[in-house]
Amino acid sequence: MTDAGGGAGAFSRLRPAGMKGNAHMVAQLIRSIESEQYKASVPQFNAGDNLRVAVKVVEGTRERIQNFEGVCIRRRGGGINENFTVRRIASHSVGVERTFLIHSPRIDKIEVLRFGKVRRSKLYYLRGLSGKAARIKERQRKPGQHLV
Amino acid sequence: MIQGLIGRKLGMTQVFDENGVVYPVTVVETGPCVVTQLRTIEKDGYEAVQLGFGISKRLNKPEQGHRRDSGYMSRVLREVKADSLTDHTVGEVITADAFSNGEIVDITGTSKGRGFQGGVKRHGFAGGPKTHGQSDRHRAVGSIGASATPGRVFKGMRGPGHMGHETVTIQNLEVIRVDTERNLLLIKGSVPGPRNGELLIRRAIKR
Repeated sequence: MTDAGGGAGAFSRLRPAGMKGNAHMVAQLIRSIESEQYKASVPQFNAGDNLRVAVKVVEGTRERIQNFEGVCIRRRGGGINENFTVRRIASHSVGVERTFLIHSPRIDKIEVLRFGKVRRSKLYYLRGLSGKAARIKERQRKPGQHLV
Repeated sequence: MIQGLIGRKLGMTQVFDENGVVYPVTVVETGPCVVTQLRTIEKDGYEAVQLGFGISKRLNKPEQGHRRDSGYMSRVLREVKADSLTDHTVGEVITADAFSNGEIVDITGTSKGRGFQGGVKRHGFAGGPKTHGQSDRHRAVGSIGASATPGRVFKGMRGPGHMGHETVTIQNLEVIRVDTERNLLLIKGSVPGPRNGELLIRRAIKR
């Protein structure tokens, strides 16, 4: 809570307690707790884009970076809970999906490899398709948008 | 050292720890509390510190008089234990830094009121069958006892009634983070009551 009176000491912060009409202040406060944990920069990407996610993996005492590459099939949530799911076709054409929190410190880097042209925000239909049918057309990039 | 503080539930969010593990947390505005009275063995038969929290404009003369020495017209008064009464004086302001990161606390609050509820919601009864010719039995409580012997319903038989709005204590909650600047505690997990609900945060008795 910010000091309402300004300089009235620790106690002025107590003002809002039990008072009506401060819901937006509380909401702001919680947002500020969340925004302290935001990453400085997150690349622009959406469902349909091909991503390479660099994940920090702890092996015993060592920490290394592991890449996970695939199509982003959804991006959901807001604030600190914003997350996305990447679908990758592993060996033996088995689909593997991993969901990441965008602001997780375990994610080292998100790279956008290719912008996809899709007409919906959740690409769950890809789960039922394989091979050529599961292709996504590339989207013409707007000026200023570059592949990382 | 003071054993508890009065606070207010602000809402929930989530935070990452240094390993990248995400925890659900409740944001609790904890204090500043002011010491309004000391309870002593000689006078009251027990030792405790009476704390005040919040600011009220609607106090009658006796209530104002009780708070005058503390210097603040507190809205809520609660008593908590302290390790030693000599550490505390009336008018002393105690803030959230009385707690530390990783500490285990018990939190008491008033749960959300649910009104008059049936047995299914209130006690988790199964209700009746949905099909096979049932009428009016879907959410019924079922049998509440035998017939002529004992010829009455036993006391304490669970049934429909008022649910919620009762004092609930959750023990052994972890303090994930203490924000001394804004007087906040981030408590792992949920906490009883609605947002803006008043809470009593005490050091865990079972740890």
